[in-house]
Amino acid sequence: MSGIDGNLRELYQEVIFDHNRQPRNFHPMTDADHHADGHNPLCGDQLTVYLRIVADTVVDASFVGHGCAISTASASLMTEAIKGRPVDEVEALFHAFHAMLTDASAADGAPAAALGKLAVFAGVREFPARVKCATLAWHTLHNAIIGAQAPARTE
Amino acid sequence: MNAATEDLSARAPAATSLGRTHDFPILARPVHGRRLVYLDNGATTQKPEAVIEAERRFYRESNANIHRGVHWLSQHATDLYEAARRTVQHFINAAHAEEVVFTRGTTEAINLVAHSWGRSALRAGDEILLTTLEHHSNIVPWQLLCEQTGALIKVVPVSDTGELDLDAFDTLLNERTRLLAITHVSNALGTINPVAMLAAKAHAVGATVLVDGAQAVAHHKVDVQALGCDFYAFSGHKLYGPTGIGALWGRAELLAAMPPWQGGGDMIRTVSFARSTYADAPQRFEAGTPNIAGSVALAAAIDYVSAIGIERIAAHEHALLAHASAALAAIPGVRLIGTAADKAGILSFMVEHIHPHDLGTILDSEGVAIRAGHHCAMPLMTRFGIPGTARASLGVYNDAADIAALVNAIHKAQDLFGTRSTTP
Repeated sequence: MSGIDGNLRELYQEVIFDHNRQPRNFHPMTDADHHADGHNPLCGDQLTVYLRIVADTVVDASFVGHGCAISTASASLMTEAIKGRPVDEVEALFHAFHAMLTDASAADGAPAAALGKLAVFAGVREFPARVKCATLAWHTLHNAIIGAQAPARTE
Repeated sequence: MNAATEDLSARAPAATSLGRTHDFPILARPVHGRRLVYLDNGATTQKPEAVIEAERRFYRESNANIHRGVHWLSQHATDLYEAARRTVQHFINAAHAEEVVFTRGTTEAINLVAHSWGRSALRAGDEILLTTLEHHSNIVPWQLLCEQTGALIKVVPVSDTGELDLDAFDTLLNERTRLLAITHVSNALGTINPVAMLAAKAHAVGATVLVDGAQAVAHHKVDVQALGCDFYAFSGHKLYGPTGIGALWGRAELLAAMPPWQGGGDMIRTVSFARSTYADAPQRFEAGTPNIAGSVALAAAIDYVSAIGIERIAAHEHALLAHASAALAAIPGVRLIGTAADKAGILSFMVEHIHPHDLGTILDSEGVAIRAGHHCAMPLMTRFGIPGTARASLGVYNDAADIAALVNAIHKAQDLFGTRSTTP
């Protein structure tokens, strides 16, 4: 197996296919108190993230939208990962996730260990053109938390 | 390679290869340890050695600024620049070399017309007729112009096959139509528009006609006089030439009446602080030092294409398009977007359950370079209800082996996603 095929299998792990085929928390939330839209103009990916935050804790999270397998699986796994977590922990998780995708020195380091299932996205680092696919949902989540009005962009 | 692919390769006519691969140094470099299969010619073509050498030779032997020096080298560079203009003139069969304005490319050529012709010719309530097939570069300049003038944009819709709705065209065209701005070949779908017929109809109501030829010039013979249009815009880099050089052709009487759009050196006759007077076309529209080396290399690209024969290239790409369309249609789960009867070498397609971006990454892992996305034609993608497509676009060096590699790479993507059908 050449290097690129190994990298490809690291990128497209079974858990990513699973969440792409059957995204979790994939529905609008009628009683959401936070939501934001995200858009990647380069590829047309679009999603909306919904949150219910009680006492600075994310008690519920969902999303709708369309995108590639990486983007859809990332949004799905994100909603699972943040439910029940305090908002400051969620933001810290975003920073750790982003570092894992973009910072070579973060590879196999302590931050990745804290990411749990989100570590399946470590393979994205080998595909710089796809980092935006994996982070769109997180940028949108951040905007939903801070109440930004403009759609989140990865550009 | 599966049996179906082998059969199609075996049946491919000889015309599906022109044997030009070795003219292009970049095609010898591997990507991810595999043979580069370059099928992104709609974005930009690769450059033959003749073009690379022409640009290098200009800087080594001929470089000076043009139209100003009395020294020998300046005259030499000027001669090369003006010779390049005549090469473009003959390539598109323009009546006069002075009708050819060098630009950075198609986008700048269209913006030139929008700024210069558009601002002086259009009034509030005038209509600009576009089509759903247009690239953003033939939409946004007109939207900016409409904001400034109060003119309105009307849009000719397309059918499910990606062909213009000609009945709607007839309905939308009226005495308020001042401009028809239309692509010759759709960059996203490959549809070839019946430009000569539409230009005649537009002229009958007194409209001016601009044709976006970015995707056309490298793929079939363009004769601006036979087309009967008023402006024709194209880029060098989609014609095996360098980036940053292209041309606008405009009818002499239109260019003569148009005001400058950028001010600076080279475009003036006299300058005083009270008033300046301007040079005639084409210099009036070429402010500042132009891309001299680029123009020389563009001429080399045109010479390269002409030496093979643009008709031969057209026949080759047509045969390869037919072969590739059949090969893709034979893969279960693959759907072609854009199936016009008259098409240039562009294949836009969707693979069931695989997003174009995922497909692009997996194809790249096999050395197969395609474009994935909206192709700067968002209104067209919206028309088809899709976020984007995968697009393979053909060039002079592509052959049946490239299509076999594309098919195999699609199979690899389907295997990886677990969506490959075992029943054809």
